[in-house]
Amino acid sequence: MTDHPIPAGSDLEIDTLAALQDKEPPKEPRSQWKDVWDQFKHHKGALFGGGFLIFITLAVLLGPYIWTLDPQKLDIRNKDMRPIYTALWDSTAKVGWGNPLGTDNLGRDMLANLIAGGRASMAVGWAAMVLALVIGTLVGVVSGYFKKADFWLMRFTDLVLSLPILPLLLVAVTLFREPLRANFGPEGGMFILIVSVIGLTSWMQTARIVRGDILALKEREFILAARSIGTTSGAIIRRHLLPNVVSPIMVSATLGLATAIITESALSFLGVGFPSDFPTWGKLLADSVQRMEQYPERVILPGILISLTVLGVNYLGDGLRDALDPRIRGR
Amino acid sequence: MTIKTLLMGAVASAALAPAAFAERGADGEVSIIYWQAPSILNPYLSGGTKDIESASLVLEPLARYDETGVMVPFLASEIPTVGNGGVSEDLTSITWKIAEGMVWSDGTPVTSADVKFTADYCMHPEGGCAQAAFFDGVENVEAVDDMTIKVTFNQPKPNPYGPFVGGQSPIIQAAQFADCLGAKAPECTEANFNPIGTGPFVVDDFRPNDVIQFSANDNYRDPAKPAFASVTFKGGGDAAAAGRSVLETGEFDYAWNLQLAPDVIARMESAGKGKAIAGFGPLVERLEMNMTDPSPNLAEGERSTIAHPHPILSDIRVREALSKAIDRELLVEVGYGQAGKVTCDLVPAPEMFAGGDQHCYAQDLEGAKALLEEAGWTDTDGDGIRDKDGMKLELLYQTSTNAVRQDFQALIKQWWSEIGVETELRNLDASVFFGGDPGSPDTFQKFYADVEMYANTFNGTDPQQYLAQYRCGNEPRPASQWQGENINRFCDPAYDALIDELARTGDIEKRAEIAIKMNNMLTKNTYTIVPLVHRGRVSAHANSLGGVKLNVWDSELWNVADWHRVK
Amino acid sequence: MLTFTIRRLILSIPTLLFISLVIFLLLQLAPGDPMAQVPLTVPPEVKEKMREALGLGQPIHIQYLKWIIQFFWIEPQVLVDHWFGTSFAEGKQRVISWQTRSPVMDIVVQRIPQTLWVVGLSYVVGILIALPIGIYSAYRQYSVFDQTGTFITMIGFSIPPFFTGPLLIVLFSVQLGWLPSIYDTTHVVTDWESFKVQFMQMVMPVMVLALQTTAQLSRYMRSSMLDNLGQDYVRTARAKGLKEGVVVMVHVLRNSMIPVITVIALGVPAIFGGAIITENVFKVNGIGQLLLTALFANDIPMVMTLTFIFAILIVLFNLIADVLYGVLDPRIRYD
Repeated sequence: MTDHPIPAGSDLEIDTLAALQDKEPPKEPRSQWKDVWDQFKHHKGALFGGGFLIFITLAVLLGPYIWTLDPQKLDIRNKDMRPIYTALWDSTAKVGWGNPLGTDNLGRDMLANLIAGGRASMAVGWAAMVLALVIGTLVGVVSGYFKKADFWLMRFTDLVLSLPILPLLLVAVTLFREPLRANFGPEGGMFILIVSVIGLTSWMQTARIVRGDILALKEREFILAARSIGTTSGAIIRRHLLPNVVSPIMVSATLGLATAIITESALSFLGVGFPSDFPTWGKLLADSVQRMEQYPERVILPGILISLTVLGVNYLGDGLRDALDPRIRGR
Repeated sequence: MTIKTLLMGAVASAALAPAAFAERGADGEVSIIYWQAPSILNPYLSGGTKDIESASLVLEPLARYDETGVMVPFLASEIPTVGNGGVSEDLTSITWKIAEGMVWSDGTPVTSADVKFTADYCMHPEGGCAQAAFFDGVENVEAVDDMTIKVTFNQPKPNPYGPFVGGQSPIIQAAQFADCLGAKAPECTEANFNPIGTGPFVVDDFRPNDVIQFSANDNYRDPAKPAFASVTFKGGGDAAAAGRSVLETGEFDYAWNLQLAPDVIARMESAGKGKAIAGFGPLVERLEMNMTDPSPNLAEGERSTIAHPHPILSDIRVREALSKAIDRELLVEVGYGQAGKVTCDLVPAPEMFAGGDQHCYAQDLEGAKALLEEAGWTDTDGDGIRDKDGMKLELLYQTSTNAVRQDFQALIKQWWSEIGVETELRNLDASVFFGGDPGSPDTFQKFYADVEMYANTFNGTDPQQYLAQYRCGNEPRPASQWQGENINRFCDPAYDALIDELARTGDIEKRAEIAIKMNNMLTKNTYTIVPLVHRGRVSAHANSLGGVKLNVWDSELWNVADWHRVK
Repeated sequence: MLTFTIRRLILSIPTLLFISLVIFLLLQLAPGDPMAQVPLTVPPEVKEKMREALGLGQPIHIQYLKWIIQFFWIEPQVLVDHWFGTSFAEGKQRVISWQTRSPVMDIVVQRIPQTLWVVGLSYVVGILIALPIGIYSAYRQYSVFDQTGTFITMIGFSIPPFFTGPLLIVLFSVQLGWLPSIYDTTHVVTDWESFKVQFMQMVMPVMVLALQTTAQLSRYMRSSMLDNLGQDYVRTARAKGLKEGVVVMVHVLRNSMIPVITVIALGVPAIFGGAIITENVFKVNGIGQLLLTALFANDIPMVMTLTFIFAILIVLFNLIADVLYGVLDPRIRYD
């Protein structure tokens, strides 16, 4: 664009103005969340973890429409089939494309069971984990920040920590199963019951950890500064304290998801979980332990799926934590 | 070739014979594992099988049942019968004689005072004796002389072998338990954990719910027995681990009650360290049909009571159809293997009392469908589930949590869905399901479901008590705190008349005839109880352990004195 | 801090009493019956008599008061008697288990050694492995070591002990035949040989349990270290010319310990609670197995006593954690 070249030897004033002008077009204003996203998408682990979680979620949601076999359907003639890949090294193995991942001891299709089990496990795992996280963070922040609430909330935490889980479960089942079943059906009712029980009995560790961090953080200078300029308690918690306790919360989330998926299987083992013909990953794993020598795939497949899901959440959490930390961002 | 094999066999058995006659304690240690750990060694304070069987190494009754169900004298000199004058003609008293030379492990002689004391101990009203049923109807126990004891009943007892017979009612030492009568029974921890007995072993160390160590009884009546100097009796874990420790790793010699799927046991056996053995008592896995309405819409106190007959299952055709749809052979194959047999009888053993009817052996889906059609259940809206008068044919089917039972539930649900019956499954924690907590909706007595599945059996070889459970009015109901044994709420005056007749009849042939008639009334005539599998007991022993005879009529360890090491 | 500790200790008494009441009511409310394991062949009338003999017919408040007196008054006397040979508790009713009809505390004392050996040791092993892994992973974030550590610990955590236990048994006991699959609680260590036996039988349960502890602790350690490594004071410390080792191991580590201390303190009572599944898989028969059998048998006095001891430890160790916060970060004040 040199239609109007600046004549040589023009006066100083113009030079100064030109120097002040931007040489490139101004950048658009950047929001904090865009920065976060930029940082996040450079984190390979987080992208892998997030991608895997999206994949597995889609797989369990859409899977039943693609692989239409009924997971509860028994086909006793085709029981104990091996996965198709065993044919690679064992030509005598009983395999078939009808059941690519084999069947169980009653002839139920393994692939269909893994899909259906994934639905239940993912739903229970996420819901219970989020519930526990919300309660834990709330209790932890409130008791760490407000001295008056601390004593009572922490004694309440001690109480919940000491309650024996099995009798608690049995009481919950006795009291709530019938009304929930009447309102949400046998499986929906059980889902709500299981999620609440797992969520309500696993928030304590998060609460104690968050409280410990908050106790230390609130004595730091930046909180003092915020308070001295009249920031309200709510704003201090939201803007200054919460972002600083994100990383232990992320760890709790990862561990909480694994625990919830496994606890669910322990519940059905005790007969207080889902109906026995309703598959979940944890239950598929637990049911197959006795036959793990003959049919290792029956423990390995659900085991791998649980592990990968937990790993996915772990990496996602790592990425989020890094992205949310302004000190690391842009490094 | 065959002759050679035979000769080899003869040589081998000749070589074995001396081992069996070896001196006491020559074979070192034997280790036994029970996946349920014993809590107490006094069978009168705990009804648990684990406690009764572990105590049977130490405590002995006057007579036991052998592995064929025949009574053999242990502390008694012979079995009293009407023939030998031991049982009175009017069947109201029985007189036992203690054999000569019976001594306690502390060296003192066994006398009739000990036997009488045992009765006093269990019949004490405040003692909470777990075996009180064995002393049912006992009016008086009297020591005629030092070695003779006479039990008098308040009515004629066709089967007078209740008290002092079998592992559940052994003789305890009067001197040791003298201060433990009635309410003081639980305070005698030392006596309850270390009872002095007459059996082949004495307790060295008892750790409740963990491990017991026994050593050979120096005063045991047969100087050559037991062959083992000591016994380690470990408890805890689960059936799979117990089976593995005997059949696969060889750490233990004997594992009790392996409730495992047949393919799992077969796999363990293939390791070649031991073998699984099965024995059949009268244990039957069955479906119980609820004759009353368990609907949650009824008021509490009305649910599952005789005030409301079941809207679906009251029709015998529906019950019969449900039974016809089941392939029992497949259930046996999947769940029990060699430890199960197809049965249509509530009393499948002893042989004499077994009806042996085979009407249910073959699955008949078409017949089942026809029966439902006939009963008016048709699929009007085409959703695969039959309905009638706007009501769907949906059933709630509950049982206790146990891998085999859940497999059965899945299979039966499948067959029922093929005849157009929708089934909701529920499995419940065994400690709740089999408990009698009247506050819980999930006990098998309350029966807040349409169909439930469990197994039941009876003690000894006489089914009279067992069949008498189905008397009108014996059903669990609010007024009885939901206690009662007539789980189905079955009621038939003709059946009650047979119960009374059986109680009066002494002739064994006649008794069997009545019992079979009663059995049929509950099963094939009404389909109130739908038997599925006649279950055996599977235990495993190491190849090196000899002398094991699996006994389902008494304690499994009844002949532990004869066990020896195969060399 | 001292007044705070004393005040909290005094306040924990009413807290614990309240907790005991809640546990007691919960156990009363729970469905279940101590007669559930009695065979069905025992008639209901007999079961009713047995329940009465256990004292089940009494009103709830009487049962609770009896337990309180037995636990807080008679059991300490038994302990004093045991230590000094006195006879205060003679003839007094102790807390009696319904399953065994013997004093609960005697069985608990019998069970403590194996639980401490196996569960306690695995906890120590877990902490000793987890802390260095956590610290180094954070220091070299996204290095090969960090990635491998993350992978292994997360897989270890997401696979439940009811699978890893039998897997190890199949590998090391059945296939290889190296290790016993059943723990012998009667084994006494007297010399080198017997120590070796004890070591062999402890390897597998300790491994299974330590895996869980390691996974959990190393994650918290790593994340907390990461938070602190980026702080300004670390730059200041480095700028002062402090050695890297001092910066990381003294400055950063001390400031990162708060969440780790919380998790460790929460885990100690769990040692006493035993590892229910692992103890069962390897037949260690410690406190965890005792609690499990008591729960299934509805042995309320036993469950009540165990849970309550557990509660005491929870309250105590959470107090210890609170005191340690103050030691680690003197700015934290409770008064």
